Amino acid sequence: MTTTSLRKLIAGSSIALGLAGFGAAAVAQDEGPIRVGILHSLSGTMAISESTLKDEMLMLIAKQNEAGGLLGRKLEPVVMDPASDWSLYAEQARDMLTGDDRVDVIFGNWTSASRKAVLPVVEELNGLLFYPVQYEGEESSENIFYTGAAPNQQAIPAVDYLMSQGVERWALLGTDYVYPRTTNKILEAYLKANGVAADDIMINYTPFGFSDWQSIVSQVKDFGSQGKKTAVVSTINGDANVPFYNELANQGISAGDIPVVAFSVGEQELTGIDTAPLVGHMAAWNYFMSVDSDANYDFIDDWVAYTGNDQAVTNDPMEAHFIGFNMWLEAVEQAGTTDVDAVKDSIIGVTVPNLSGGASTMMPNHHITKPVMIGEIQNDGQFSVVWRTPTTVAGDAWSDYLPESKNLISDWRAPLRCGKLDVESMQCQDGPGAD
Amino acid sequence: MRATVEHDGRAPTRRSTITVLLCLLMAWSLSIISQGAFAATSSEPRALLEALDTGNFQAKGAAAQAIAESDVEQKTRWLQALLDGRLGKERRGDRFYIVTDDSGREWPIIDAITFEDAGTGTRRTVDIFKINNDLRTQLEGLIASLSLSAGDEASRLSAARRLIGEITEDNVASVRRMRDEEESDAVRQPLDVALALYDVQNGDAEALDTLRGNLDTRVRNTLVPIAAGDSPLAAEAQSVLGGIESKRAWYDRAQTLFFGLSAGSILVLAAIGLAITFGVMGVINMAHGELIMIGAYTTWLIQQALPGQPGLALALAIPGGFLVAGAFGVVIERTVIRFLKGRPLETLLATFGLSLILQQLVRSVFSPLNRRVTSPEWLQGAWQINEALAFTLNRLGVLLFCLAVFAALWALMRFTRLGLEVRAVTQNRAMARAMGVRATRVDMLTFGLGAGVAGLAGVALSQLTNVGPNLGQSYIVDSFLVVVFGGVGNLWGTLVAGMSLGVINQVLQPWVGAVLAKIIVLVGVILFIQKRPQGIFAPKGRTS
Repeated sequence: MTTTSLRKLIAGSSIALGLAGFGAAAVAQDEGPIRVGILHSLSGTMAISESTLKDEMLMLIAKQNEAGGLLGRKLEPVVMDPASDWSLYAEQARDMLTGDDRVDVIFGNWTSASRKAVLPVVEELNGLLFYPVQYEGEESSENIFYTGAAPNQQAIPAVDYLMSQGVERWALLGTDYVYPRTTNKILEAYLKANGVAADDIMINYTPFGFSDWQSIVSQVKDFGSQGKKTAVVSTINGDANVPFYNELANQGISAGDIPVVAFSVGEQELTGIDTAPLVGHMAAWNYFMSVDSDANYDFIDDWVAYTGNDQAVTNDPMEAHFIGFNMWLEAVEQAGTTDVDAVKDSIIGVTVPNLSGGASTMMPNHHITKPVMIGEIQNDGQFSVVWRTPTTVAGDAWSDYLPESKNLISDWRAPLRCGKLDVESMQCQDGPGAD
Repeated sequence: MRATVEHDGRAPTRRSTITVLLCLLMAWSLSIISQGAFAATSSEPRALLEALDTGNFQAKGAAAQAIAESDVEQKTRWLQALLDGRLGKERRGDRFYIVTDDSGREWPIIDAITFEDAGTGTRRTVDIFKINNDLRTQLEGLIASLSLSAGDEASRLSAARRLIGEITEDNVASVRRMRDEEESDAVRQPLDVALALYDVQNGDAEALDTLRGNLDTRVRNTLVPIAAGDSPLAAEAQSVLGGIESKRAWYDRAQTLFFGLSAGSILVLAAIGLAITFGVMGVINMAHGELIMIGAYTTWLIQQALPGQPGLALALAIPGGFLVAGAFGVVIERTVIRFLKGRPLETLLATFGLSLILQQLVRSVFSPLNRRVTSPEWLQGAWQINEALAFTLNRLGVLLFCLAVFAALWALMRFTRLGLEVRAVTQNRAMARAMGVRATRVDMLTFGLGAGVAGLAGVALSQLTNVGPNLGQSYIVDSFLVVVFGGVGNLWGTLVAGMSLGVINQVLQPWVGAVLAKIIVLVGVILFIQKRPQGIFAPKGRTS
């Protein structure tokens, strides 16, 4: 804590000295700072997840400035607080993208609802948005870069892993909104395609913040006691997970009986739970804090030093922002300008190191390549990686397992420029290529 | 005696369970039949640990098995450390370590072979051996079997329970022998079931009688194919199965009733404070949920002050939560509500604003992150009545707490001077004042009481759900619903309404899902209020 503030003080005073020394000449030399918008909720229900990402972005920007900024210019963070209100996200994105103090790039959003609200704004005003959270797919925008996992980078490999462990019955539990519903639709189609009978799939949705899990957990227990190995695939989001896992523990369901694999539970969420009874339950992500690589250990050291909290945890969306930020830096360097159209072109194909010891590449469909990992919860609130894909997996914007999207692809490169291309009819349904 | 079983093409889970069971059986029979006649194989400790250093979980399982079968004296500690994720290898070297405390980022470590102090290690220097679910199950079995030589009844019982449905030709003889030599009735009972199940599978009709009415799901799962098949036992198996199913159905109903009452008790706890402020005083207090939240945060704070004593902290939180939330209530009454008397719309808006202020206050003071309140040992787990019926202890605790709070509140209203004055002011304010009741003081105390009870609800909720700034919001609508449904101004109405809404909700939930169940309940209450605006219990007196 003290070292951080001391460092800030020194940095601040040296800037002041520099300004005093060179005066107007320094300002005239460059075009002023490059502005980086950070659009994460700092209040309301989503603050629990999103406020950490804001702090992470500030850390990354401060580090980049220490290393000399970008194109010889300093980076300046522009922080707004959409207060977990989806329409406020759109308003504030519009604020960020208009006027003389227009930002050059936005890092932000968490829920799919907020992304859907911002999408028309960034398309209309030609902004850049880096979206760091795993989502349901079935979307591709010219102005959005999806650094979180698409369903084929999280849900499908997780189900494959469970199948290899002998699971035959599936309870798909989710919170009642677009991400779980779409993911479960894809999973149901995938399971049926792999020969799972309809009777062996149970689907259940609960509202946001649900806490009365007793009868649903008991139903799952009953579903899992029919003699076939059963697993729960959980797309339960946010707060509702704590009472859910507590109820599992209290009803005596251990990971040995019915393992739960979750897509929205990471290190951050586990800080609110006593993990001793949950040991062995799983999560599927592209990054875990326990990943064994020097890049990861360095990142954790930075983060602990920046927050001044020895217990601070890192998680998957943080890695996504780390990757996204570095990709954007690289693309701007390559283009030699922060101009949105130039960066959009140069970023495709950019490869940067990720935190799990490999590298991630931006694909033409604005999704990135990532390794997929399955981690089991340990009693210290961390995950131990028990399985990972041998290579990285490229994100698929349009799922191959849904009949309405199996023929669709997205490619934003020059001649095609299409976010929704039907490969059978070669008809472009969305994007500049459609005209 | 040392039987090796080949299971070709079976799932690894299955195989590992069977290995564990065989191992358990072996250790057990050894401990009972021929104490101490273990054929020792000598092996080098280092070689045993080196075998664990592999990424393949199956190979790791074999290595753990080898450790358990060896006569190395450190083996129990090794297996326990492996299970706890504390056994590892030097990353750039060949020493093996056990981490003695992995809470921080620097771990104190000891040498795994000599148990000598080896300084500290971090995740960069020590490579911890990973385990997965199958390996964990196997390790638990191995450790249990190692402690079996002590042979206490509880571990024999749990081993016996694991045998149900797992008896094969290979181990049936040794199980029968164990059954005959077993002294404890409690352990004999699951062994009888396990053996009977094996006999039934081999066409023994008499063994079916042992299984009659057994609630274990493994029994049911074994009987289903027999009853559906064309063996001579099919008809009788069918009748046994029918008996089991109908018995289970009754227990399921009891379970649902318990779920409903426990869900109802939360509603009652959340609503009963409101029944006082809204029901008795007529104040629409939208900040009621935040008073619940304050009670929950008080619990957390007291727990922070008393680390390691969650039971004591919870006991102190009961008066603590009541007093803190009550004090907030008194302040709110004195500073806001008093000035808005008789203007319900303005009270509603003012208290709604207050609720937002309180939420953001908590966010700024304690951060927006949820806080973790640990449950004491005696509120964790479940009270297992039988295989089909279990009461989770935290829910049971909240149910009893709810009834106690209700009883105390009812007694307060019925037998104390304050209760008398509150009822007097409610029924006829002017007349009560004329009789010398200080109505403003009564207002303040009543509101404080309602707020304090909300604080108690917060203490209870901290055991069930998240303690965070939004805790109160989720309960405010339900609370009003319960009070209106029960009949404004009637404590009994609140109790009956809360419990019945809880039961209806839990009965509907498995059928239609949580979202639709809530909608149906809401629509039902609206229709009911249309027909009977005064709620279940109409208030007495001339107020309405």
